Amino acid sequence: MIFWQLFYTFLIIGIFTFGGGYSMIALIQSEVVSHHGWLTAEEFTDMLAVSQMTPGPIGINTATYAGYTSVVNSGLPTGMGIAGALLASLAVIILPTILVILLSSYLLTHKDNRHIATVMRTLRLAVVGLIAAAALSLLTRESFGTPGLNLQFIVSVVLFLGVFVLSYRYRKSPILLIAASGIIGLVIYSI
Amino acid sequence: MIKYCELFWSFFKVGTFTIGGGYAMIPLMQRELVDRRKWISEEEFIDEVALSQTLPGVFAVNMASMVGYRRAGVGGSVAAVLGNIMMPIVFILVLAIFFRSFRDNVYVSRIFMGLRPAVVALIAAPVFRMAKTAKVSWRNVWIPVVAALLIWLCGVNPIFVVLAAFAGGLLYSLFNKENIRK
Repeated sequence: MIFWQLFYTFLIIGIFTFGGGYSMIALIQSEVVSHHGWLTAEEFTDMLAVSQMTPGPIGINTATYAGYTSVVNSGLPTGMGIAGALLASLAVIILPTILVILLSSYLLTHKDNRHIATVMRTLRLAVVGLIAAAALSLLTRESFGTPGLNLQFIVSVVLFLGVFVLSYRYRKSPILLIAASGIIGLVIYSI
Repeated sequence: MIKYCELFWSFFKVGTFTIGGGYAMIPLMQRELVDRRKWISEEEFIDEVALSQTLPGVFAVNMASMVGYRRAGVGGSVAAVLGNIMMPIVFILVLAIFFRSFRDNVYVSRIFMGLRPAVVALIAAPVFRMAKTAKVSWRNVWIPVVAALLIWLCGVNPIFVVLAAFAGGLLYSLFNKENIRK
């Protein structure tokens, strides 16, 4: 049962992802965390850290990890989790790949189509909102601690702002920023 | 058969050695496909990158599928896609299995307490970067704002937001023929 749901969910996620890995993260968050509850928000955030630090497309990495963890969280053994991971990864690429095979030759010769350009502009605007919603719904107590004058919340806010500025303004690599924040966490919370 | 193996191997290298997502693969793909293998010209490469970003799905996988299909048909597409995602899937699986047994370790949980806010910031930053690429202005800023509020506060499924944007963009384009903004 979970396998069919997993397949169907990731099939839908794959075909509705426009504008790259972060928009897929937004869809996976909505489906896997908010809708199905297969992963907690905390597990999802941990998974994003891992997905950004390992090689490969972020969309595939997130699908693989979510597929595995969803199945294992439902009480099934590791082997089944691996099957779930492969199923989710396959489901997420199958429809776009078919679309590429069917349409790419046509679209490459008609690349200046005005309607496609306008639809893409509108989609890009909506995707900005999609990713904003995903970021907003990840601002949780589990990730930041209880708001107030306590160590975890203050450290979390400082890390959030620091990483935001370093990523947005100075274009520092995500791997470097995640690794540095992990080390800072280890040091501060061990003192 | 050689064509399939070459496609698999080229995309295997690109997929295995790029950290930081699909777009980080663009320079590696360019070196491999345009400069080294000479399968496609610089111009074709740019067009295929643009089309891969336009079509739904994972950018790197679309790119692999497109280059593979145009070179060796459906088999080429499958070979390139599998090459591209094989090692990433293996890495993630190993980490996912390994991580579950280490998650409750006190040091690991301290590390994750530090990196969780960082990860959220790394999702927030592209919002503003993509707002630039999407050319957000005072005239159209309501689209991302309404989309975000509908999803975040009203619990609307993002898929409906994508569908609405698709339909809205199409209608706008069909009924405003002379009013196309460049």
